[in-house]
Amino acid sequence: MQKIGVFVCHCGTNIAATVDVKKVVELVRYEPGVVFADDYMYMCSEAGQEKIIEAIKEYKLTGLVICSCSPRMHEKTFRACAEKAGLNPYMVEVANIREQCSWIHKDKEEATKKAVILARAAIAKVNLNTPLKEGESPVTKRALVIGGGIAGIQTALDIADAGYEVDIVEKEPSIGGRMSQFDKTFPTLDCASCILTPKMVEVNQHPNITLYTYSEVEKVSGYVGNFDVDIRKKARSVDADKCTGCGECSAKCPLGKIGNIPSEFDRGLRNRPAIYMPFAQAVPAVPVIDRANCTYFKTGKCGVCAKICPSKAVDYEQQDEIVTVKYGAIVVATGFDIINLDKFGEYAYNESPDVITSIELERLMNAAGPTGGHLERMSDHKQPKDIVFIQCVGSRCDSEEKGKPYCSKVCCMYTAKHAMLIKDHWPDTNITVFYIDVRTPGKNFDEFYRRAVEQYHVNYIKGQVGKVKPQPDGSLLVQAADLLDGKQINMKADMVVLAAAIEPNPGVRKIATMLTASIDNNNFLTEAHAKLRPVESPTAGIFLSGMAQGPKDIPETVSQAGAAAVKVIGLLAKDHLKTNPCTAQCDTLLCNGCSTCANVCPYGAITYDDVQVMDHGLRETRRVAQVNLALCQGCGACTSACPSGAMDLQGFSNRQITTEVDAICR
Amino acid sequence: MSMTELEKKIELIKEISGSDPYKCMRCGKCTASCPAYSEMDIKPHQFASYIIRGDLDELVESKAAWKCLGCFACIERCPRDVQPGKLVDATRQIVARQRGGDYLQPEEVPELLTEDLPQQLLVSAFRRYRR
Repeated sequence: MQKIGVFVCHCGTNIAATVDVKKVVELVRYEPGVVFADDYMYMCSEAGQEKIIEAIKEYKLTGLVICSCSPRMHEKTFRACAEKAGLNPYMVEVANIREQCSWIHKDKEEATKKAVILARAAIAKVNLNTPLKEGESPVTKRALVIGGGIAGIQTALDIADAGYEVDIVEKEPSIGGRMSQFDKTFPTLDCASCILTPKMVEVNQHPNITLYTYSEVEKVSGYVGNFDVDIRKKARSVDADKCTGCGECSAKCPLGKIGNIPSEFDRGLRNRPAIYMPFAQAVPAVPVIDRANCTYFKTGKCGVCAKICPSKAVDYEQQDEIVTVKYGAIVVATGFDIINLDKFGEYAYNESPDVITSIELERLMNAAGPTGGHLERMSDHKQPKDIVFIQCVGSRCDSEEKGKPYCSKVCCMYTAKHAMLIKDHWPDTNITVFYIDVRTPGKNFDEFYRRAVEQYHVNYIKGQVGKVKPQPDGSLLVQAADLLDGKQINMKADMVVLAAAIEPNPGVRKIATMLTASIDNNNFLTEAHAKLRPVESPTAGIFLSGMAQGPKDIPETVSQAGAAAVKVIGLLAKDHLKTNPCTAQCDTLLCNGCSTCANVCPYGAITYDDVQVMDHGLRETRRVAQVNLALCQGCGACTSACPSGAMDLQGFSNRQITTEVDAICR
Repeated sequence: MSMTELEKKIELIKEISGSDPYKCMRCGKCTASCPAYSEMDIKPHQFASYIIRGDLDELVESKAAWKCLGCFACIERCPRDVQPGKLVDATRQIVARQRGGDYLQPEEVPELLTEDLPQQLLVSAFRRYRR
């Protein structure tokens, strides 16, 4: 017989306001096995835990029931507390009377009744609990970072600097991500390339970092500490070992002049050849052949690049290659893109080449961009005199099919940046920013925005633009309202810049599915805890870095990337991980070898073995299930599928669960 | 006015218009888009706040409710799905309901006909309340 202690937590008023905790204590005191019951304001506090420890010692408790918040919150805390007092941690059960009771009920009497029922179920279970011991699994001391933008680069560098090996998988031909497309960065206006390029080079030269560019993660299996990942290295058609990055091939590719292949890096503002590096500072400095557009791959004729290449690096026969690597931890740093603007016909983005997105403006302002940094209209290559910026295009939208419900966070700041940079270069430009709210939380951020208004005289008008109409004379008519002055505005502009909402990189869905990492309605990766575990996925061993988790600027991304790296290092520093002892077990005497459990096991943890058994004096050989404890995650699918009741889950045995149900129905 | 009365009024508007004035973030895209702007004494972006404050009488007596052209630009472009045009229409409905005791009889139409009365109102008043 167990000696059970029941501890009912008030959680301040979180529980006590809706549940009569004293009554719960009185009502569970005489449940079978209970020898002690008490309540306390905060069971998880130091004093609360002391109370538990004292009770364990004084009453020689063999089991604990804590009636408190969700086990997700504090099960670990109370298990550790029990262990401190010499009790097996798996003799602790948490009855969730907060999330599943007090928070969702209003009627105190009913809620109290339910709390008692939940406590009774837990008590009934503890009566059947047995001490369990955690196993151990080894940790592969290598990390995978998916995405080679500033988030992935920083995470990889921090992990590599700590002495662990890191691989970066980047689907584009070069690392650098979105940041490499930018011109200057707020609020200090240092040049994006000048601060990013050295980091890219460092990644390339770091002895602990392996780069897989133009590669994609294809398959992920395993679990925390022991992931197996298949990486598809797409055929570059250029031998990276021979290539010197001289650029002759790109320069001579006939499609460079006549191909009309829009450069992805320059957002379609100029064309690129079929063999290309996305940008001059690309890392690695090895071009790729875009096989879908290359004349040689389409018709078998041309071959100019192969002929011209001084180091004979072009290899048309190269094939995709799949490498399988073991990792202990995986970081998702897949970044963002901006939304498609097709649904915003009122802003004429698809109608006029002079309505551009902010990323396109970055390219137009960039000295390495299609215009050499000279701001010009794409229609007539004239310098714009009147420029209108429209904020929140697709951000803060209630209608889901059109835009995004969230604030994209970075647009207010980069628009102020754009406005000031333009005014700096061409002071006689008139700039108007139409905003809904100007949001500038951050160190030196509001000062930055005020500078645009006070020093550069950028005209900020509160009111979303209603329509942009291309005019026959080539200008754009902007129809808006000044809500503060109560005026409708019809304004001519030479160029309109749209602050399009950002969204997670569309590829993240596929990756999240492979990793079984959860994502929210907007495809941002979900944190294990929004406040307390912001860089971890709920899936063990998966970490989050950068925009993949939510909108954020470069300083925040770098901080988060570092935080993710620390979490990875903390994991890789361990030689072994404690494994969950709540695993499946097969009773070989009951098992008939039907394979049902193996078919439902999502982790491939069940195999079959022929064993000798004695059945009523007869020795016979039977095919029975075997559970690989290192792979079993204790999900319980096999136990409910097993037709003969041979499969059982330690800590959640069939008997324990039916007893709990009985206690609830009593 | 007690809170419940205010809430009732807002519920009525919500029910007639099918849109929620509390969703408005005052971005002003509706007002920016409004072709009848100069004629409107209450601007489209103000409709939501008038309703939330319970100033329905002012809305009903405003010129704005009758000057709206029903072009639907605000409905089409509203990023918050508040669709001020529908709120304008709901205001008109309230007036129409008061006059006809929630019903509009065909014989009453001639006396209602004025230059300012949008035909759309007549059609929708028939559609909803002549059952």
